[in-house]
Amino acid sequence: MEVIDIIKPENQVFSKTCLMTDATLSYCPGCGHGTAHNLVMEVIDELGIVEDTIGVAPVGCSVLAYDFMNVDITQAAHGRAPALATAISRTWPNKYIFTYQGDGDLAAIGTAETIHACNRGENIVIIFVNNGIYGMTGGQMAPTTLPGMRTSTSPHGREIETMGSPLKITELIANLPGTYYVTRQSVHTHKHVRKAKKAIKNAFNNTRLKKGLSFIEIVSNCNSGWKMNPNESNNWMEENMFPYFPLGDIKVKGKLKQKS
Amino acid sequence: MSELRLMKGNEALAEATIRAGADAYFGYPITPQSEIIEYLMTERPEHRTGMVVLQAESEVAAINMVYGAASTGKRAMTSSSSPGISLKLEGVSYLAGAELPAVIVNVSRGGPGLGTIQPSQADYFQSVKGGGHGDYQLYVLAPASVQEMADFVSDAFDIAFKYRAPVLILSDGLIGQMMEKVVLKDQKERMPDEEIIEKYGDWATTGKKDRERNIITSLDLQPEKMEARVHRLQKKYEQMEKEDLRYEKIQCDDAEYLFVAYGSSARIAQKAVQLGREKGIKVGLLRPITLFPFPKQQLFELADQVKGILSVELSAGQMVEDVRLAVNDKVKVEHFGRTGGIIHTPEEIIEALELKIIKNGSN
Repeated sequence: MEVIDIIKPENQVFSKTCLMTDATLSYCPGCGHGTAHNLVMEVIDELGIVEDTIGVAPVGCSVLAYDFMNVDITQAAHGRAPALATAISRTWPNKYIFTYQGDGDLAAIGTAETIHACNRGENIVIIFVNNGIYGMTGGQMAPTTLPGMRTSTSPHGREIETMGSPLKITELIANLPGTYYVTRQSVHTHKHVRKAKKAIKNAFNNTRLKKGLSFIEIVSNCNSGWKMNPNESNNWMEENMFPYFPLGDIKVKGKLKQKS
Repeated sequence: MSELRLMKGNEALAEATIRAGADAYFGYPITPQSEIIEYLMTERPEHRTGMVVLQAESEVAAINMVYGAASTGKRAMTSSSSPGISLKLEGVSYLAGAELPAVIVNVSRGGPGLGTIQPSQADYFQSVKGGGHGDYQLYVLAPASVQEMADFVSDAFDIAFKYRAPVLILSDGLIGQMMEKVVLKDQKERMPDEEIIEKYGDWATTGKKDRERNIITSLDLQPEKMEARVHRLQKKYEQMEKEDLRYEKIQCDDAEYLFVAYGSSARIAQKAVQLGREKGIKVGLLRPITLFPFPKQQLFELADQVKGILSVELSAGQMVEDVRLAVNDKVKVEHFGRTGGIIHTPEEIIEALELKIIKNGSN
């Protein structure tokens, strides 16, 4: 039997969402961005809301998100995506607005826009991909770079005394009354992918119900920036990133979850 | 119905923004323009027309909110004063690069730095020579009365959407704060969402329905594509120069000397024209209403007729450079202007004309 005989439409158990374009991803092999993109697009596809969805792309590795996401997208200046999303949501109150941002974009240069959009409780979804490094500009220190972690601007390791501690912005914004759903996920295993997708779907449903701001952090890897192969980087992420940025829901339906 | 009211320039601009059918205003308080957002918050335009008004967390957030709304085909405005405009210029450059229509208002004050809250026209370079980064120009309207503060709002939106480009209304603390009578135009309906989707569906990000996706960006990593974008922008600016130049000539027909002044300085220079003529000096005034495009050809022609030109602005001498470029050394061109928030008097302007142009050997 030829392969072509096996791959008949009736034999297919999975197909790529039409909301991912056929463009070759510009991300490094092993990077989590592709999976994160795919999950957001699958959710929009499954909810049947593409006609009413407007995305906002950041500056960083995912600056070209609009090449891969087959939805209407505006690309923002560095850090300003939540300001754009605020205005789009206010002037199109029945649309689904999401931002897709990295850690430098959201937690350094865009801190003010992030905090205030969250505090106002804008009816938007923020997807925050945290890989602890500036990937696109060549591996510089990010606000979420771990203590002791080597980057091109912390070549001797991040020194807490002079460079400060990694910013847990997700915990910070969870404490603001304006946020409705705050969760931290990852996309490095099948199990985590399924959980992350459920969280993203939950977030877009919150927009439909006009519940306010849903914030999804995805702790991810940067094997190029971390100078590891993909497997090593995923293991390193589990061993080092997850203890500092623990996975799970932080705030659900406007209520902070008690720490166990 | 049109309506006659006595208003501050800032208030007239705010009321005219509602009546122009604007969809959104995003601002941040700064003297001397805070009346704009205060007026809008008091008026509750969300009840009158559905227009959104939001106080942003910073000037930077406000201009990027404008960028967001503009990318979906909505009519959005922000306003500020000089230091705040400096903060907005990154966003303005992005608006120009991404080819988005928007209106930005500068009720300018003295600088540099925190400067003063008193009126000034020292933001001419910032307004017409880019200000932000990259090869772009702003279409710049300079109101000289409370009436023009009101009238220029709908003009600015029309130009912004004609060219898909940001438009700046460059006012100053004098025009913004002074009270005059103003005729307000009738309320224009806001464009319904369906009409926006139909009219701007070829570019605006309103949701992908019955078409390919729309992308708004100013990024082109391929040099050839980026150059094509830059050329496309320059074509718009050439068209603006051909089709949308605005200026006013006051008593220029028999003039032997000429003032060039815009905004509040034009009002004062107009009085100086009257004083000069009472003294027997035949002086006229060319008032650029748009600072870009600039009335270059008009100045070039007037230079054949007059013996000398005095450029008058509340700055250390900025517009005078464009006047000299236009005149191309045909006649003497000098600058006069007070700074730091001091407003020159008509008498001082006449004195400067006599001293710098008439006595000092015009050619």
